Amino acid sequence: MWLLQLAWKNMWRNRYRTLITMAAIFFAVILSVIASSLKEGIFNNLVKNVVSFYTGYAQVHKRGYWNEQILDNSFETAPAAEQKILQQKNVAGITPRLESFALVSSGDVTKGSLVAGIDVEKENAITGLKDKLVQGIYLKSTDTAILLAQGLAERLKLKVADTAVLIGQGYHGATAAGKYVVKGIVKFGSPELNDKALFMPLAAAQDFYSAYGMVTSYVLSFNNTAAAEASVIAMRSSMDSSYEVMSWGDMIPDIKQHITADSNNMKYVQGILYMLICFGIFGTLLMMMVERKFEMGMLVAIGMKKIKLMVLLTVESILTVFAGCIIGLLVSIPVIYYLNRHPFGIGGETAKAYERFGFEAIFPTSTDAAIFINQGLAVVAMGLLISLYPVYKVIRLNPVAAMKK
Amino acid sequence: MNTVIDAHNISKVYNPTTIPVYAVNNVHLHLQKGEFTALVGPSGSGKTTLLNMIGGLDRPDEGNIFINGIDITKLSANELISFRLQNIGFVFQSFNLIPVLTAKENVEFIMQLQKASKQQREERVKTLFAQIGLQDKLNERPSRLSGGQQQRVAVARALASRPQFVLADEPTANLDTKSAFNLLDIMAKLNMEENITFLFSTHDQRVIDRARRVITLVDGRIVQDTAEVSTQHEEAAAVKT
Repeated sequence: MWLLQLAWKNMWRNRYRTLITMAAIFFAVILSVIASSLKEGIFNNLVKNVVSFYTGYAQVHKRGYWNEQILDNSFETAPAAEQKILQQKNVAGITPRLESFALVSSGDVTKGSLVAGIDVEKENAITGLKDKLVQGIYLKSTDTAILLAQGLAERLKLKVADTAVLIGQGYHGATAAGKYVVKGIVKFGSPELNDKALFMPLAAAQDFYSAYGMVTSYVLSFNNTAAAEASVIAMRSSMDSSYEVMSWGDMIPDIKQHITADSNNMKYVQGILYMLICFGIFGTLLMMMVERKFEMGMLVAIGMKKIKLMVLLTVESILTVFAGCIIGLLVSIPVIYYLNRHPFGIGGETAKAYERFGFEAIFPTSTDAAIFINQGLAVVAMGLLISLYPVYKVIRLNPVAAMKK
Repeated sequence: MNTVIDAHNISKVYNPTTIPVYAVNNVHLHLQKGEFTALVGPSGSGKTTLLNMIGGLDRPDEGNIFINGIDITKLSANELISFRLQNIGFVFQSFNLIPVLTAKENVEFIMQLQKASKQQREERVKTLFAQIGLQDKLNERPSRLSGGQQQRVAVARALASRPQFVLADEPTANLDTKSAFNLLDIMAKLNMEENITFLFSTHDQRVIDRARRVITLVDGRIVQDTAEVSTQHEEAAAVKT
């Protein structure tokens, strides 16, 4: 106890030095938390933007569908499986789709398109399709009408209330053909989707493809999107082996690779930040050791065991590092929450370019508790690692040499 | 009388492989319990080196040092620290009190290292502060004490562990005359009344005048020891009678 009291008193013997060390740790925690939180937030937002185009955070298909996306790999709507998926801890919503291809024709123009039969309400809840409407009105489940992506509509020179002719191959080789009124036009950020997507109510699509009661996928949304991968893994082990469960990362691997590459780059930036932090802390420790060298020699000379002196210095370091870290975390929490609610934004042409591709021109922070814990622990670990330097100096301390003036 | 310090043939050489410099050269020294001895000599004569070796802070290159019969040259570095804590009190030239502790806490510090109980510490502090005449400065930090007062606290700290002897390296070097005499009075009183053994290095004539035994070192060798002179005088007187 007396050692702890002495450590506390020693901490404040040179108030400015201690405050400088604490400030170095304080700013280190804040900077590393903001950097990590921004990185996570930007990536989460990117994923949110991308998956909300179409794929959702995860999908369930009949096994083999993803490699061979044909109607014959569809499956009957399975209320029991649907229920089982909905009972999973993190699952927020589920919507069925029947997806295939068809030729869309208007006048003398014909174009291949991706036809998606959707549950209009559930689809909107998960991908926000209604918000993407730029002309016309949204579908009703009983409609036999379609929504066309803007690029496709322009290519076919179709407007709202015009009629499009669809021809394709249905379930088990049946002929699929029909005429559908364009009820609305939707705009997608993804150019690929914008040039070929066509939506119709699920029942109309099942009728068009003669695939009654069939779907090709269930699209899922999660409450905690950061835990999407873990939820997919849990679902895989609980689902029947005739289904395949895929995360957004499995379905859009290029985005995942982009995030991984950017994360690796961020690690270098964070490494440099950590190095600066280390030098800041080390500098003040070095000052402290020079200032107290004589006293340490005297303490060992009068009979203080080196191990006790090491404990004393380590306790001083722990108190300083923890104090700086805790204050840093306490201050960073409201800052991160504020930046999450009021994210950094960009304006001008860059913002327009972002929006053209369906991305929000903002950089929000992530409020994931793991960021605070991990960054706090990283800085504490660095501080404690550096505080081994005084311990090393005490091991090598020669009281006679230390007390020489 | 009990022999407290018994140094045999001790030498300390710097630069042994190039140009050897003998800081201490073949010194024999015996100190009895209750002696009040000054180690004198010019700068560089080896006073501090000899004191450091006797105090177990430095090791001789040759010879042995027995403290109360224990050869401290054979002890490990860790054993030496414990030995110093239990047996030797140190007073340094520049006081060297712990600046963040009060005068009382500085004296208690040694006893805390010895794991003495609170009651034992309280009693010892009370006695020591009465002896050094600083009962009213118990709770003052060193920065609020004069140099003389700080050195008196340092003496109290040196005595707190009830050591076999006290080593003082130039204890009055940083003190004005009044403070130096005051300190010497206290040390002499402790020596007389409590039979505490003091060995101090000094070239301060005020200290030399108060010492009952003076050992003079030159170039690492003892060139004069008043104990031997008085022994010779006593022997001569005995022969005459």
